[in-house]
Amino acid sequence: MYKGGRIIASLIIFVAFLTLPFFFNLGKANAGPDLPTYASSSDSQCVEPAAYMKANHMQLLLKWRDSDVRDGNSVYINSQGKSFDISLETCVQCHTTQATKNTVGVNNPALNTSDQFCVSCHNYASVKPTCWNCHSGPEGATK
Amino acid sequence: MSINRRQFLRRAGVVTALGLGGSFVINGISGKKDVVAASEYAPSTQGLKANHWAMVVDMSKFKTEDDFKRVIESCVSIHNIPDFGNPKDEIKWIWEDDYEHTFSGGDNEYLTEDFKKLPFMIMCNHCENPPCVKACPTGATFKRPDGIVDMDFHRCIGCRFCMGACPFGARSFNYRDPRPFIKKIDTDYPTRTPGVVEKCIFCVERLADGLMPACVEASKGGLIFGDLDDPNSEVRKIISTQYTVRRKTELGTQPSVYYLVGGGDHA
Repeated sequence: MYKGGRIIASLIIFVAFLTLPFFFNLGKANAGPDLPTYASSSDSQCVEPAAYMKANHMQLLLKWRDSDVRDGNSVYINSQGKSFDISLETCVQCHTTQATKNTVGVNNPALNTSDQFCVSCHNYASVKPTCWNCHSGPEGATK
Repeated sequence: MSINRRQFLRRAGVVTALGLGGSFVINGISGKKDVVAASEYAPSTQGLKANHWAMVVDMSKFKTEDDFKRVIESCVSIHNIPDFGNPKDEIKWIWEDDYEHTFSGGDNEYLTEDFKKLPFMIMCNHCENPPCVKACPTGATFKRPDGIVDMDFHRCIGCRFCMGACPFGARSFNYRDPRPFIKKIDTDYPTRTPGVVEKCIFCVERLADGLMPACVEASKGGLIFGDLDDPNSEVRKIISTQYTVRRKTELGTQPSVYYLVGGGDHA
């Protein structure tokens, strides 16, 4: 190979650089998202079981949105037959830390550096929901 | 190492079968279980229902500037309507305008000069044949079964076709971020973002809670709201017994907002 030695040496250096972050973090445990402790009665269940909500809350919220806005069905009857008002306020009535008082329009509970419910996981997962660009945050639900 | 056609087809077939089979296997292993079968959706029990919501504007009840202001303010405050302070960016749900802008093109010869000088209360007409709904490419504006032309702000992409299609100028576009320009944000109703069109929605969110539209409550009888298809409703009785006009009927959009000109001391 023409100039084979240099090419192979360069490749080794390149691969070393590429895998540097991997070796750097090797053996260190992933702390995971900083889960919030939020003000809700511990015995109450979310609109559906927690495992379902963790995996599917985004699909449920989309269904809620279409049901309320487009079909005019503003009541959700869950798998246990319990009824809930379809509104983000239903969510943030429980899912709020109340640690940071959010001012609507100034401080965004889902995006900014607050310790609100959504932001703790969503920052970790680098997912930016746009809900709070229009909807009011937990402050409104707890008034 | 060239291959002939037979070999090529055979190999392509094997790869295809592997690919399809693989996706079945992966789906089988991961096991989809995201359906909560027993859940359902229902309309709220206290909500007001109708076949065709319609409004009558009783011109005799709108005399002073305060009559208009009070009604407009009731809408502005609960729907988080911004005030940009310049007419180019203005967001209008319900507003006041003069005769020429309201009834242009359909001059009725029997209307007195007096009538032509009146200011009028104007909002979205919630047409039976809404041109804005036809123009909307995403279905963000849609007609509900109860006759209300509703907005789904989530779906609006800000193309503004609806603004061009609406002959009544009932739609406004958020050229700027409205939040800093809202006097006091009502947390019960969402604000909008830049690039979204908005308009009067006959307070669908209040109807679902069993309440009349905010402007109707604030108008002290100047605005009458009800089911046009119900022969016993107040709106139907007024429309079938007294003289009412609608805006730009020559366009065939069939507005659901009627202007009562025979009542009181006008006309």
